[in-house]
Amino acid sequence: MTTSENADLFAAPGEAVADRVYTAHGGDWERIVHEQSERADETLVINMGPQHPATHGVLRLILECEGETVKSLRPGIGFLHTGIEKNMEYRTWSQGSAFVTRMDYISPLFNEAVYCLAVEKLLGITDQIPERATLIRVLMMELNRISNHLVAIGTTGNELGATTVMMSGFREREIILDFFEAVTGLRMNHAYIRPGGVAVDLPETGLSQLRETIAWLEKYMPEMSLLVQENPIFKGRTMGVGVQDLTACMAMAVTGPMLRSAGYAFDLRKAQPYCGYETFDFDIPTWDTGDCYGRYRVRLAEMWESLKIVKQCADRLEATAGQPVMYTDPKFGTPADLTVGPDGQGNSHEHVRRIMGESMEALIHHFKIVTEGYRVPPGQAYVAIESPKGELGCHVVSDGGTRPYRVHMRDSGFNHLQSAPLQCEGGMISDVIMAVASIDPVMGGVDR
Amino acid sequence: MSEQKPDPAAQIPPTVPQAPHPVPPAPSAADVMPPSPEQASGQPQPDAPPPAPTRRGMWADGVPDVSGYGGLTTEIVRPAGEPLPGGSWMETIGVRLDALVPGAISRVVWALGELTWHVPREKVAEVMRALRDDAHLRFEMCASISGVHYPLDAGNELHVVYHLYSYTHNRRLRVEVSCPDADPHVPSVVATYPHADWHERETWDMFGVIFDGHPALTRILMPDDWVGHPQRKDYPLGGIPVEYKGAVVPPPDQRRSYR
Repeated sequence: MTTSENADLFAAPGEAVADRVYTAHGGDWERIVHEQSERADETLVINMGPQHPATHGVLRLILECEGETVKSLRPGIGFLHTGIEKNMEYRTWSQGSAFVTRMDYISPLFNEAVYCLAVEKLLGITDQIPERATLIRVLMMELNRISNHLVAIGTTGNELGATTVMMSGFREREIILDFFEAVTGLRMNHAYIRPGGVAVDLPETGLSQLRETIAWLEKYMPEMSLLVQENPIFKGRTMGVGVQDLTACMAMAVTGPMLRSAGYAFDLRKAQPYCGYETFDFDIPTWDTGDCYGRYRVRLAEMWESLKIVKQCADRLEATAGQPVMYTDPKFGTPADLTVGPDGQGNSHEHVRRIMGESMEALIHHFKIVTEGYRVPPGQAYVAIESPKGELGCHVVSDGGTRPYRVHMRDSGFNHLQSAPLQCEGGMISDVIMAVASIDPVMGGVDR
Repeated sequence: MSEQKPDPAAQIPPTVPQAPHPVPPAPSAADVMPPSPEQASGQPQPDAPPPAPTRRGMWADGVPDVSGYGGLTTEIVRPAGEPLPGGSWMETIGVRLDALVPGAISRVVWALGELTWHVPREKVAEVMRALRDDAHLRFEMCASISGVHYPLDAGNELHVVYHLYSYTHNRRLRVEVSCPDADPHVPSVVATYPHADWHERETWDMFGVIFDGHPALTRILMPDDWVGHPQRKDYPLGGIPVEYKGAVVPPPDQRRSYR
């Protein structure tokens, strides 16, 4: 915030310029400043963000402080609103997968999974998804949960000034993203999980690379705990900060690690199992303080639980090698069941030969599904899964057409950011950073 | 900065998006089916289906597209659902709510393993309070509130969908409320569910549903001075010039440099 006597460079021709120009933009800022100058008390209004490295993207926090104490906090969101839900109404059901993956870009595979589960529910094929496809989904989701928590803890370290924590987190995450790239072709924004299954089976080297990834994580993940768990600075900054007890969690519909850090072992993977989670052996870590420190302990422990699931997946994937990874119905499965070559390129020659030279029906199906898409019976479905941040819900409405009539994602970050005032008011400004970081909002998901 | 010729595209005034084909006016209240008394008992009814609306084209009614399906006429059928399994919790909570708030459920739909209650809008605040507080119901969490726009469902164009979850009983419930486009008012449930705040703001922002009793119903995702409600079906995708500080940025397809 700087003042100058110059005319406001950003003012439109003819626009009145205040005698004092603040080069801070956004909505009601001028009015707030004006009110403050008249008040002449010790209250400071601080506009944190939307371009601030500690706000996890473009989150704007409007703080009213007395000295260092936060009197009121109001989050302003919407700076990353990209109209994904609206766009999806103009694309086919399969293409929706490529849209939802861009919402919460730190945990893209969860978005895809919940959308696909909802579409499959509408199609009535939930029970017919091949086992191997579900296993791959679980594997990818749990690896994604680890990488999400690594980012959550790493960026918190960075916001404390501990760059080492961030580098450590991002190094391990990169190993996971390398695996994702080997499987899906992309590090992020995969569009890998499609209605009916997954786009493509694991590559030939997939399982060996998975074993290497597991070994790497087992070796290096303890580093994260060593860096933060008993670190006196980390503990001093997080213990007793941003406290939200169980009652407040219930009032604000908080789920995920925040709820578990308040002592309630609630996890949708156990409460309402999906994707066969009831057949995996894992625990739900909890903590009893409800503060930022508790949330990190829960996340740290959850990464190890996820790794347990990943190992079980690896064994089962070995046993199911060669089985289909897509719901096999020629009116539905194509083109997702195309065999993409080992180089990850284009249509397989096998498929092209078949539709062009052998089967008229295959060509018709291919053409219909590529140009028009498949139809989904009318109705609505709501599916909720346990994302790394909490309950991730997807409400899908179909009118029987080839495109979604309405898709709404209930992002946990959107809901959880409402708790920021509750956690921060009455605390110090420096604690705002820790509280917001411990909520782990990703603005792509919050604003959609 | 060099002298620039005025860009003709920059002269376009910001326009309010218009529906390419305006939605027909809502009919009188007499056309809207009142809930019959026996439907309020919490039992699923083989309700007389309302006259099936149809839509033309591939996407929304009358929206021009290049898909080649512009002449297609499709009947929009909304599923009536299946009968509720006898003696199940789906049935008992309906009876329970009916005892607490008589006539609260105008229609029950049980489809795809999901229970939907259609609730008259004037009862929604009372229903939500009962759903949260009664020990037999106890839906502690209102996970999601969002809107759905059915421009062809005359008299009930705007639907508000609440997804509730009960930690105590491990159940999910969907409550659906509708209101006409001409009078888009629905009582707010923030007093019962504090976390409904932002969800209701988003529904107002995207659909224009006014939640009466909301503490601060303002836009949340779109800019404060935005005109229109983008997720309504009569709002176009793209084609909206964006105004910022007096200058107008035309939509991408109308920028001269891209032509």
